[in-house]
Amino acid sequence: MKELFIILLSTILVNNYMLARIMGTCPFIGVSNQFDTAMGMAAAVIFVMSLAAAVTWMVQYYLLVPLGLGFLQTVSFILVIAALVQLIEMIILKMSPTLYRALGIYLPLITTNCAVLGVAVINVREGYNFIQAVISGTGGGIGFSLVLIAMAALREKLNTAPIAKSFQGFPLALIITAQMAMAFLGFSGFNLEKLFGL
Amino acid sequence: MDMSEKGLIITAAPHLRDRVATPRIMQVVFIALMPAALCGVYFFGPWAAINLVVGVASAVLWEYAIQKIWKFDITISDGSAALTGLLVALTLPPAVEPWVTALACLIAIGPGKIVFGGLGYNIFNPALIGRTFAALSWPSVLSAGYVAADGITAWKRGFDVVASATPLGLLKTGEIGATSLSRFYGPLFFGNVGGSLGETSAIALLIGALFLLFAGIITLRIPLVYLLTTAGLAMLFNQDPIFHLLSGGLILGAFFMATDYVTSPIKPAGQIVYAVGLGIFTFMIRMFGSYPEGVAFSILLMNCFVPLIERFGAQKRFGEVRNRA
Repeated sequence: MKELFIILLSTILVNNYMLARIMGTCPFIGVSNQFDTAMGMAAAVIFVMSLAAAVTWMVQYYLLVPLGLGFLQTVSFILVIAALVQLIEMIILKMSPTLYRALGIYLPLITTNCAVLGVAVINVREGYNFIQAVISGTGGGIGFSLVLIAMAALREKLNTAPIAKSFQGFPLALIITAQMAMAFLGFSGFNLEKLFGL
Repeated sequence: MDMSEKGLIITAAPHLRDRVATPRIMQVVFIALMPAALCGVYFFGPWAAINLVVGVASAVLWEYAIQKIWKFDITISDGSAALTGLLVALTLPPAVEPWVTALACLIAIGPGKIVFGGLGYNIFNPALIGRTFAALSWPSVLSAGYVAADGITAWKRGFDVVASATPLGLLKTGEIGATSLSRFYGPLFFGNVGGSLGETSAIALLIGALFLLFAGIITLRIPLVYLLTTAGLAMLFNQDPIFHLLSGGLILGAFFMATDYVTSPIKPAGQIVYAVGLGIFTFMIRMFGSYPEGVAFSILLMNCFVPLIERFGAQKRFGEVRNRA
């Protein structure tokens, strides 16, 4: 149980996919300019990441390993993730067309969100079992969402700031991301085992 | 920026923009930091004095240069750049090579403040952005800058320095235990102990903080909750709470940086959430992180979440219906 908490906290804070591993920058910058869109994206990413972690784990250990097809890992994981995103796209289109329009190109882009593929590959590399893999995926999604939502609130606050033209939008977003990553470096090397007394 | 080009400007409330008060506040905070700065100069010797001058002067110079080159309004007269420079110098090691102080000030003023549109719009504490940037970029240069706090002896040595570990550094490396640290209380309180330039003397910082409180510049809410959270966690984890309160940059950070108007929440409930978060992160990084001190990181971390904290419990406009996205 403690072990699962460690994985959860580690993927949310210490190894945050956006700010520590620098994965998923595209949707992070792309959808963080509006708070409501960011919330929708956050929910979608958490969902896709946990589901992708589960499905890719099964693909790895029930398909690729028994058949000796380990070299197909990247291709098959991308395929699985793409199919999942398609599914979610259809669900969101049915349930909330407004959110669907707001997310626009970024929803299909979750397919190429390297953070999702990153979760899948890192789970295998760390040798997680099924439960650990799902927790790691959920934690990764929560961590990504946390900073995405914080970023959206930050950028909304800056809407009224007299920012020089050359820094408006994308450049400033990158500068803020860099500074957030600097703050998150405080967690680097965080000894979670010691915290939980392991 | 280009408002004046449009001619007629109609903006929504609030219209209140008090520019007159800014220089006064900066002056008062600057004066309030003087006891700590003078203590640092006394204990650490000539390098500390050089770094303080380099910090203040370079920050003002960078601000002037950047605003001149980019043809912005030059705002050095509001005193914020000088204050940022002072804070950068105070949070850096006393005998760090002065080019580090100057570059930290450049990062603080440029990417830390001006790119956001200047004072009042920055989301991170500029001085801590500069300090953290330097600490992450040149860790060995910084650790070489921590010198013994010998007072008169340090001045007699002149520019030769004697390296010294900080109490939190010793705690991290396990050279001192978690308990019976009372022999550090005196040095930590008065300042004759290794550490950053302006953080070692608790009494000097508290005098400055009292001055700020009586001048009405800061309120007690954020610093008090921050300190209490840290002390409470220390007790919970069987650490020495007084040692944790007095050591490192906690007092400097709690009274002079966590209370920054621009980068802290405005609403009382938000301020409490912010301060509790600061306490948790500071203590956790000190205990379980790879860095000995977590004050700078935790203030930057909580700065990330200030707009989010402010959003929760935001007053709804009359008749507003929460629109479903």
